[in-house]
Amino acid sequence: MVVVIALVVVVVGSILFHLLSPWWWTPIASNWEYIDATLVITFWITGFVLTAVILFMAYCVWRFRHEPGRVAAFEPENRRLEIWLTVVTGLGVAAMLAPGLVVWKQFVTVPDDATEVEVFAQQWSWSFRLPGEDGRLGTSDAALVGPDNPLGISPFDRFGQDDIIIESDDLYLPIGKPVKMVLRSVDVLHNFYVPEFRAKMDMVPGMVTYFWFTPTRIGEFEVLCAELCGVGHGHMRGYVQIQEETEYQAWLQEQRTFAELWEERRVRTASSDPEQ
Amino acid sequence: MANIPYRPDEQVPPAEVPDVHPPHPHTWIGRWVFSQDAKYIAIQYSATAIAIGLVALVLSWLVRLQLGFPDVFSFSAEAYYQFITMHGMIMVIYLLTAIFLGGFGNYLIPLMVGARDMVFPFVNMLSYWVYLLAVLVLVASFFVPGGPTGAGWTLYPPQAILSGTPGGQDAGIILMLLSLILFIIGFTMGGLNYVVTVLQARTRGMTLMRMPLTVWGIFTATVMALLAFPALFVACVMMLFDRLLSTSFFMPTLVEMGEQLSYGGGSPIVFQHLFWFFGHPEVYIVALPAFGIVSDLISVHARKNVFGYRMMVWAIVIIGALSFIVWAHHMYVSGMHPYFGFFFATTTLIIAVPTAIKVYNWLLTLWRGDIHLTLPMLFALSFVVTFVNGGLTGLFLGNVVVDVPLSDTMFVVAHFHMVMGVAPLMVIFGAIYHWYPLMTGRMLNEAMGQIHFWVTFIGTYAIFFPMHYVGLVGVPRRYPEIGDPAFITTPVDGLNAFISIAAFIVGAAQILFLFNIAWSARNGRDAGGNPWRAASLEWQTPQTPPRHGNWADELPVVYRWAYDYSVPGAPEDFIAQDDPWVQQTAPT
Repeated sequence: MVVVIALVVVVVGSILFHLLSPWWWTPIASNWEYIDATLVITFWITGFVLTAVILFMAYCVWRFRHEPGRVAAFEPENRRLEIWLTVVTGLGVAAMLAPGLVVWKQFVTVPDDATEVEVFAQQWSWSFRLPGEDGRLGTSDAALVGPDNPLGISPFDRFGQDDIIIESDDLYLPIGKPVKMVLRSVDVLHNFYVPEFRAKMDMVPGMVTYFWFTPTRIGEFEVLCAELCGVGHGHMRGYVQIQEETEYQAWLQEQRTFAELWEERRVRTASSDPEQ
Repeated sequence: MANIPYRPDEQVPPAEVPDVHPPHPHTWIGRWVFSQDAKYIAIQYSATAIAIGLVALVLSWLVRLQLGFPDVFSFSAEAYYQFITMHGMIMVIYLLTAIFLGGFGNYLIPLMVGARDMVFPFVNMLSYWVYLLAVLVLVASFFVPGGPTGAGWTLYPPQAILSGTPGGQDAGIILMLLSLILFIIGFTMGGLNYVVTVLQARTRGMTLMRMPLTVWGIFTATVMALLAFPALFVACVMMLFDRLLSTSFFMPTLVEMGEQLSYGGGSPIVFQHLFWFFGHPEVYIVALPAFGIVSDLISVHARKNVFGYRMMVWAIVIIGALSFIVWAHHMYVSGMHPYFGFFFATTTLIIAVPTAIKVYNWLLTLWRGDIHLTLPMLFALSFVVTFVNGGLTGLFLGNVVVDVPLSDTMFVVAHFHMVMGVAPLMVIFGAIYHWYPLMTGRMLNEAMGQIHFWVTFIGTYAIFFPMHYVGLVGVPRRYPEIGDPAFITTPVDGLNAFISIAAFIVGAAQILFLFNIAWSARNGRDAGGNPWRAASLEWQTPQTPPRHGNWADELPVVYRWAYDYSVPGAPEDFIAQDDPWVQQTAPT
C-alpha cells in the first residue's frame, strides 16, 4: 500500500513542482520562439506519458498485490495488443519529431540578409570582429596570432583591413536584424551561450562554426561559455548589448579597424625594439 | 511449433559437444586469489567495482558540497573539475560497466545457460586482474603531482592535454588514458568469454529463445561493447600520442595563452566522433543488462511470465543495433555539419519505440500478476519510474532543436543521471537482493533493505527531478559556482542546497546497504535452495551456493523457457526449466 501511495505522490509531486515552482526559463530575447514552443509541446506529451505509465503501474500494484489465493494469469503474448501499442508509440514519436525537424531546418538556414559577426574565444575571454564597409570579414589563421595581431587576421587580405576589432567582452548588436554568429577559437573548445537567445554552438579550434538569430529585445545579456575549457571556464563571461540602430551606430563609430590597430602596434613594437 | 519459447517439448536434442569438467584447483591461492571459477571472478569484479564506486560516491559528495554551499565549501576550480571528471569516469566505466558484465555476466551466464563455467576460464581470470590493474592505475592518478585529470569525463581535446586543465600537462591525463586502455584490454578478454559461452556452451534444450532475458541483455551488451570499445581504444591511443609524442591527431594549429604550440592539422571533432561512437553504445551496454535483469525480477516476483518474450528479445537486439547510429546526438552543437542533425534526431527518436515496448511489456507483466512486494520487486518498480522519467527527458535532448537551448546545461546532467545513473543502479540493487541468497545461501536483512530502498528511491528522485529545472533556468553544467547572472530570475541557490542535502542522505543509505551485505553473509536468514521459487536454471543447482563446476555429474536438460509461472494445471506456481512436466490434456 505504501508503494502505491509513494508512486502516486511521485506523479502528483512532479506535476505540482512543474506547475507551481518558480523555476522556468528566462524570457526569450530572440526569434527562436519556435524552439520554446516545441519544448512546451514535448513537456506536455512526455508529462502525459509519465503520468499514465506510473499511475497504471500504481494501479497494477494495488489491484494485483499478493493476497492469499491470488493466482497470476498465464498470458505469454498478445500479438494484437503489442502491434497496437507499437503503432501508437510510433505516431506519438513522429508527432514530436516532425515539428522539431521543421524548426531545425530554419535553424540551419541562415537568411541572406544576415550580418556576419565573428566571436573569437580563447582561454578565458571573448573578443569580437565586425565586417567593415565592405561587409566582408577578412581571412584569419591561428598561426598568425601574436602580440600585435591577437585575432590572427591576415594583414595581406584587403577585406580584412576595415574589419572592426573589439578586444573586450562587450558586443553591441542592433535590434531586429538577423546576425550570423561566426565562431572561432584558437586554443580549446568553447561554446557561445546566451540563455535568452536559446541558440548556442561550440567553438572549435581549426574550424569555423556558426549559428544565426535575430535579437528581439533591447537589453544587456550575459554570455557564458558552455563547453568545458579549463579551470577558468566558470569565469568566461561577456555581454551582448542589444541596442536601437542609432545607439548601435554611435558605438560602432568609436571602434577601431584592424588596419588602424595593426599600424599602431607595429609602430609601438618597432619603437620598443631597440630597448630589448 | 518448437520455435515458440513457452511450449515445452519432450524431445531434447543430443549434446553437440561433450561435457567437460573444469579442473579443480589444489592450492589455496588457486582457489581464493587466482581463481578461474566464473562465480568467484564475478565476486572479485563486483567487490572491486563497489570499492572504486565508493570513491566516486565520496567525490559526488564533494561536488554537491561545492554546488549546494559555495560560500561555505569553496574548492578550487582545479579540484572541482577533478571531482566531476573522476566521479563520472568511475561510475560509467569502472562501476556500471564492470559490475553488469564482469559481475552479473560472470556469475549468471554459466548458471543460467547450464554451463559448468565460462569457456575460457584462464582468460576470464586474466580479465579480472587486468581490470584490477586498470583500477589501480586510475587510483594512482590521485597521488601523482598535479592530481588526476580534470578534463571532464568526455576528455575532449585539445583542453584535456593542455596546461589550462588540471592534469593536462602533468601525469593525470596519461594515467587516465592508460587506465582506459587497460580496462578495454581486460574487458575484451572477459567479453569474448561471455559471447562464446552463450553461443557454444548452452546445455541441451537451452535454445537461444529459451534463455532468460538477463542473459539476452548481457549477451547483446557484450557484443556491443566488443564493437564499441575499440573506438575508445584508438581514441585513447591517439590522444596519448598527441600528449607524449606531439603528434596532431586531434590537435589543430593552436595558440595557448599567447604562445604558438607545435601542433597542426588535427581535428578535435574526430575525437568526439570516436568517443561517442563508443559513448552512446556504452549507455546501452549499461542499460541492456539492466533491461534484461529487471524483466526477470518483475516476472519472478509477480509470479507471471514475461509478457511478450519474443518482442522483448527483439527489442533488445534492435536497440543494440540502432544504438550504433545515434552517437552524434551528443554533438548537435559541437560544430559538426548541421545537416547531420536531421539524420541523428530521426534515428534517436526511432530508438524510443523499441524502448517504449519494453516499458509496456514490464507493465503488462505486472497486469493480472500476483505481485509480491519483495525488495527486488520494489527496486524493479523504482527502476521503471526513474527509467521512464529519464527516457522521456531523452526525447527533449534527442529532438535536435529542443536540445539546442538545453545542451550543456544541468538539464543534461539530470537526464543522464536519471536514465543511466540511478535507473541501472536500482537494477543492480534489486539484482543483489535477488541473487544474494544464491551467492551466499543467506537472505539480506529485510529491515535494512527497506530503509535502503525508501531512502534511495525517494532521495534520488528528489535529487534529480528538480535538477532538470536548474538546467531549464539556464545554468550550464561544469560551473563550480554560477554567481548571480541576470538571466536567473528566481535564484536556484536554495534548490541546489536541497539537492545537496538529499545527496548526502542517499549516499549514507548506500553505506547501510554495504553494511547489510557484510552483516548478512554471517547473520542473514537461511535462504534454502530457491527462496523466490524461481524457474530459471541458476536456482536449480544441486548446492547453494553452487560449487565449482556448477552442476552434479550430469548437466541439466532444459525442457521449457524460463518463465513458466502460474501455468494452469501445474502442481506449483512455477515450473523449473529442467522440469520435464507436460500437461497431459490440452488446455481449452
